[in-house]
Amino acid sequence: MLYFQTWKVVLILAVCALGLLFSAMNLVPADSIARWPSFVPKKQVSLGLDLRGGSYLLYEVDMQAAEKDELENVVDGLRTALVAAKIGYTGLAVDGDHVALVLRDPGGANDVRDIVQKLDPNLAMTVSAAGAVSLAPSDAERTQRRSAAIEQSIEIVRRRIDETGTKEATIQRVGQDRILVELPGIDDPERVKALIGKTAKMTFQLVDVNASVEDARRGKLPPGDELFQSTENRTGMPDSYVVRRRVMVSGDTLTDAQPSFNNNVPVVSFKFDSIGGRRFADATRENVGKPFAIVLDNKVISAPVIKEPILGGSGIIEGSFSVQTASDLALLLRAGALPAPLTILEERTVGPDLGADSIHAGALASIVGIVLVVVFMVLFYGLFGLFADVALFFNLCIMLASLSLLGATLTLPGIAGIALTMGMAVDANVLIYERIREELRGGRSIISSLQAGFERAFGTILDSHVTTLVAGALMFWLGEGPIKGFAVTLSIGVLTSLFSAILVTRLQIVTWLRRTKPKFVPI
Amino acid sequence: MFRPLIVIKRIPNIDFMALHWFGFALSGMLGVASIVLFLVQGLNYGIDFSGGTIIEARTQGPADMAQMRATLDGLGLGEVQLQGFGAPNEVLLRLQRQPGDDKAQEAAVAKVKAKLGTSVEYRRTEVVGPTVGAELIRAGVIATVLALLAIAAYVWFRFEWQFGVGAMLSTLHDTVTTVGLFSLLQIEFNLTTLAAILTIAGYSINDTVVIYDRVRETMRKHRTMDFRTLINKALNETLSRTILTVSTVALAVLSLLIFGGEVLRGFSIAMLWGVVIGTYSSLFIAAPLLYYIRPKRSAPAREAAAEAEAKEAT
Repeated sequence: MLYFQTWKVVLILAVCALGLLFSAMNLVPADSIARWPSFVPKKQVSLGLDLRGGSYLLYEVDMQAAEKDELENVVDGLRTALVAAKIGYTGLAVDGDHVALVLRDPGGANDVRDIVQKLDPNLAMTVSAAGAVSLAPSDAERTQRRSAAIEQSIEIVRRRIDETGTKEATIQRVGQDRILVELPGIDDPERVKALIGKTAKMTFQLVDVNASVEDARRGKLPPGDELFQSTENRTGMPDSYVVRRRVMVSGDTLTDAQPSFNNNVPVVSFKFDSIGGRRFADATRENVGKPFAIVLDNKVISAPVIKEPILGGSGIIEGSFSVQTASDLALLLRAGALPAPLTILEERTVGPDLGADSIHAGALASIVGIVLVVVFMVLFYGLFGLFADVALFFNLCIMLASLSLLGATLTLPGIAGIALTMGMAVDANVLIYERIREELRGGRSIISSLQAGFERAFGTILDSHVTTLVAGALMFWLGEGPIKGFAVTLSIGVLTSLFSAILVTRLQIVTWLRRTKPKFVPI
Repeated sequence: MFRPLIVIKRIPNIDFMALHWFGFALSGMLGVASIVLFLVQGLNYGIDFSGGTIIEARTQGPADMAQMRATLDGLGLGEVQLQGFGAPNEVLLRLQRQPGDDKAQEAAVAKVKAKLGTSVEYRRTEVVGPTVGAELIRAGVIATVLALLAIAAYVWFRFEWQFGVGAMLSTLHDTVTTVGLFSLLQIEFNLTTLAAILTIAGYSINDTVVIYDRVRETMRKHRTMDFRTLINKALNETLSRTILTVSTVALAVLSLLIFGGEVLRGFSIAMLWGVVIGTYSSLFIAAPLLYYIRPKRSAPAREAAAEAEAKEAT
C-alpha cells in the first residue's frame, strides 16, 4: 500500500500544518495575543503552579463543627421554649449527632413535638416510653445542608479572594466536602491563606459582669455563659471575658464594613441592614451602661461599655488593630462568615523564581534529549533516520498544539513526559525500519520490503502503544496535580506518535520513492 | 542520499536460553532482596505519603546550616532535617509530620517561618496533612495493582493467557526491583516516583510485547521448530530493535537526569533503572518464561510437519 490517495496526503499535511501553527502560538507573548481579533483562536498551553509559581491549597469543610453549632442553637431555642411552655425536662444537651433530653412527664411528648415543629420543621424526633427524647435532622436534610454549606463556603472563599485582588484564582469543589483553591503567582500566599482560613463569624454578646473569669477558669461557668479569650493586647485589659451565650446581633446582618480611623487609630466601621440595625438599637437601648463584647471566631476583639443607644444602624469596632489587620477584618466582614470552619489538608506553594528555574531546567533537558535522539537516529538509519526526525518534529508540534487546544496544564513532570515521549516515539520508527531491513535481507524487492515493513510492524506498534496508554490513563485517573500533567503529556504523546511515526514517515518515504526511483534502500 | 553510519549487519546468534537460569537466579535474588529491603529498611517516603512539611529556602549568603539547625531545634517540632539542595545558599528543610491533626502541620510551618525571619526567601513550601497522605498511599497502591492487571488483561486479550502471565510476572519483577532500588539507596519516594514506576510498567510491557509478538509470529511460521530454538530466534531477530529503542529512551532519560534539576532527580533515576531492568527482563525473564508456561501451538505437530513436507515437495 505504498500509495497515498490525494485526500489522505492533504489530510496529513493539514494536520501537520495545524500542529505547527497552534504550537507556534505558544511563542507569541501572551499580552500581544490578547490584542488579536477574536476570531483567531488564541489558545496557549497554560503553565502549572509548579512552573509559574503560586499556591495550591486543599481545604476540608469541617461539617461536624457546623452541625454541632446548629444543634447548640436547637438546644438554646428549645430551652427557652420549654421553659415558656412550663414543660419539665432534665439533661438537655447535644449528644454526638443529636440533641437529647428527658421529659419529666412522658405524656407531654406531643406538646414537645409541636414546639420542635415550630422551632425547626426539619428535625426528626423520637421519644422512648420513659420520656427520653432525641432530636436530629433527617439524613436527607443533613445531606442537603452539607451540600448547601459547601456551596456557600466556596462562594465566600471566592468573594474573599476576589476582594484581595488576586487574579485567575480557581476555586472548585473536590469530592464530598473539600475545596481546592489554586492561586497562581501571588506575592503573599500567607496573607491570602490567613484570609481564607478564618471562619469570620462575628457576634455581639453581652459581657456577664456578675461572673468572674477566675471562677470560669476553674470550671464554675454560670449556665448560659461562655468564656472567651481576648485579642486585645493593651495593658490593663483583661485577657479573657465571660460573656452571655445569647447573641444580641450577629455579623450576618452586616451590609458593609470598611477600615477607617478614629483618633488616628485604625478601626473598622460597619453598617447593619434594617433588621440588624433594629436589633442593635433595641439591644443597646436596654443595656446602657453595660459592656458588650464584639466576638470574632470565639475571641473577643473588644468589649466597650454602651454609653448610649446606637440607633443609626452603624458603628465602629475598636481593637488592637494595625492598618493591615483592620482592612483584613473589614474584608472578612464584607465577604461574610463561612458556614463551617475550613481545615487545610494540603498546601503546595512554589515561588516564581523556582518556577522559572524549573522551566529552564525542563526545557534544557528536553532540548538536549531531543537533539541526542535526532542525532542517534541519523547515525543509525541515515536518510531514513532523517525522515524519522522530521516526523518527530511534527510529533512535538502536534503534541504541543493538542495540549494548547485541550487547555491542558503543563507541569514539570509534564515536561519530563514530553522528553520521555520523544525517546519512545522513535520506537515506532525503529520497529518499522528494522522490519524493512529484515525483509530486504530476506531478498524481497525494495517496494515490497517497504510495504511489508510498515504492515507487519503496525500490529506490534499498536500493542506496545496501547499498554503505555493504559498506564497513562490510570495515572490520570488516580493521580493528582503534577502527576495528572505527566499522564496527559505521556498519553497525548503516545497518540500523536502513532500518527507521526507511521503516516508522516510513510508519506516522506513514498514521496522519496517516487521522486528518486532508488535502486537500493539506504538503510 | 546518505547511508547510516552504523549498521548491525548480521542477525546475531546469541543463545539467550542458555543464560535463562542465570537470569532467573539473578532476578529471584534481586526480587527477594528487594522485598527484604522493603520490609526491613522500608522506603524513604516523601511528604506526599508520610505527611509533613518541606520548605525549600534560599538564604542571602551561603547557608549556615549548623546555626539554622540550632535555631530550629528550639521550636519543639521534633527533628528538623536540613540538607543542601543544589546551590550553597539553598537549603531543604524537612519537618516530620506533627502530632495531632491537619491543622498542626500548618501551625508548625508558621513557627519555622517566623523564626527564620524575612531575610530568607521561601522558594517552595509543601505541607501534606495526615488525611491526604493516607489517601495518596491508597491511590498509589491501587494504581500500581490496576496497571499490572490491566496490562496482563490486554496481553491476554491480544495473545493467549500464557503470554499474559509471562508479561505480568516480568512487569511485576521490574516494579518490585525498582521499589527495592529506592529502598536500598533511600531515595525519596514520592508521587513523581510513583508516576515513574507506572511508566516503567508501561515501558517494560511495551518491550515484552514486541518480543512476544515476534515469538507468536515465529510460532506460526515454524510450527515444528523446537521451542527453545524458536525463542532464541525471536530474541535475536528483535535484538537490534531492542538495543536501539533502549538507547533512545535512555538518552532522553539521561538528559532529564543531568539537566532536569533536583525536583526530577528521583523520577529520572527510577526511569533509568526501569529502562535497563525492563529491557533485561524482556530478554531473560519474559521470553524464557514462555518456555515453561508453553502457549498452545495452533496445529498439532504431526500435521504441521506433514504440511511443511508437502510445502517443500512443491
